[in-house]
Amino acid sequence: MDFKTALFYIFSAILVIAALRVITARNPVHAVLFLVLAFFNASGIWFLLQAEFLAIALIVVYVGAVMVLFLFVIMMLDINLERLRQGFWNNLWLGGPIAVLMAVEMAAVLSTRSFGLEAMPAPTPATGSNAKALGAAIYTDYVYPFELASIVLLVALIAAVVLNLRQRRDHKQQHPARQIAVKRKDSVRIVSMPAEKE
Amino acid sequence: MEAGILQIFQSFWSRFGLWEPLWAIVEPVWPLIWALLRIIVILVPLLLGVAYLTWLERKVIGYIQVRIGPNRVGPLGLLQPIADGLKLFFKEVLVPGGANKALFFTAPVLAIAPALAAWAVVPFFDGGVLADVNAGLFYVLAMTSMGIYGIIIAGWASNSKYPFLGAMRASAQMVSYEIAMGLALVTVLMVSNSLNFSDIVRAQGRGWFAEHGAGFLSWNWIPLLPMFVVYFISGVAETNRAPFDVVEGESEIIAGHMVEYSGMAFAMFFLAEYSNMILVATLTSILFLGGWLSPVSFLPDGFHWLALKVFFFLLIYLWIRATFPRYRYDQIMRLGWKVFVPLTLVWIVVVGTCMVIFN
Repeated sequence: MDFKTALFYIFSAILVIAALRVITARNPVHAVLFLVLAFFNASGIWFLLQAEFLAIALIVVYVGAVMVLFLFVIMMLDINLERLRQGFWNNLWLGGPIAVLMAVEMAAVLSTRSFGLEAMPAPTPATGSNAKALGAAIYTDYVYPFELASIVLLVALIAAVVLNLRQRRDHKQQHPARQIAVKRKDSVRIVSMPAEKE
Repeated sequence: MEAGILQIFQSFWSRFGLWEPLWAIVEPVWPLIWALLRIIVILVPLLLGVAYLTWLERKVIGYIQVRIGPNRVGPLGLLQPIADGLKLFFKEVLVPGGANKALFFTAPVLAIAPALAAWAVVPFFDGGVLADVNAGLFYVLAMTSMGIYGIIIAGWASNSKYPFLGAMRASAQMVSYEIAMGLALVTVLMVSNSLNFSDIVRAQGRGWFAEHGAGFLSWNWIPLLPMFVVYFISGVAETNRAPFDVVEGESEIIAGHMVEYSGMAFAMFFLAEYSNMILVATLTSILFLGGWLSPVSFLPDGFHWLALKVFFFLLIYLWIRATFPRYRYDQIMRLGWKVFVPLTLVWIVVVGTCMVIFN
């Protein structure tokens, strides 16, 4: 077993354990942090595949931004653990079969011939910049799917903003441009008056 | 260089006739030892730099405010950082009641580890870099974006109100400014056609002005002037320094996420903050001011130029802190989202158009 294979097993073991802890951890904040750990190890495995750009992108996007917002939201929830766990047995009759179905589906997909070692041979060692090759592929061969995906994201972005935009007319709003434009004479009046004497 | 150091070791141990048996043991792990040696050569000056940056900060702000600053410990107060370090080292680390103990102690580590790891790809002179990776710029972005976990976890694990407010403010602020920062970096990699820091610096050494002796006019700061400003200001915001220090804002939430920390745990946050400051100053010098390149062709290139540029940006950091009042929170968000992000997006289009026209 060479060094790379050993690394692969270490990353994979931590990844599986972390992923399991995501769904078994009692504290939601711990679950999020385990998910971060899982992302990290997935990124490590991608590094071993010499997909350095994608590996770093995983960290920048998911660890650096998405999970921070997750943590942001979950930290503010006042979660009653007892109440959450009460629902577990009530919903098991629905959740259990769905979980089994998903596992079977995944096994069915992964065991077909299109996922074997023959269909996906070891990648040829990367030559030159990873980012350049990826950019060339995205902006030439896959330009339409790429643009379509970005439009879907844009629509989701605007929808989220619109859903949260409540135009309230009954409160005052700040206008930074007007605040900056304020001059002394708008708010201060200097009055010259003779000194009062008793 | 590696061979030279090996030779020194060899000549030293050969005097005692121990070289052969020693080398037999050391040889399989020598690459690891060599990497560790290089890490130490980078980290020790960095941590010393952090210590003396705190001294410099107190001195410079002192002079700006017509005070003297630290002058008791050693000549010119030069031993003050050492004294501060010793004091922190011997203080008790207190854990607040009801705190999540494991995460409470993980947080400082998570704050300082990315701050130090980012230095792995920073080139100090031509070839003077620990890991010359292709996606260096992207790697630094990934590392700096992780520093926020230290702050958030510290705020949550302390089980206290002020740290929690600090963590909330930090997560919103740092995610916002990361976007402006990343988009500003996109223009840099567009003009230098590379994600590798050494290549980015070398690309700045080429051009009409560089050939005619005035290299500083070929650096990125002229074609990318708005991005240069956006990047540095976003860097100030990312490191939570004044005037963007609402995360720790003394007058509002005392010290934000660091309220409950004492002793070395507090010192770790402090080290992380200052080494991030030096990192942002270094990156700004490398990306926009030509790194180790000399401004004029009759002076030799070298590390001293990078050090000078970094020193310049650190002074700007201190100057800003001594001059400007703290931003209000909604103003910070407005500046990040409504000014910087649109500006960078427009400038990406401008740079792209120029590249298409002039090529």
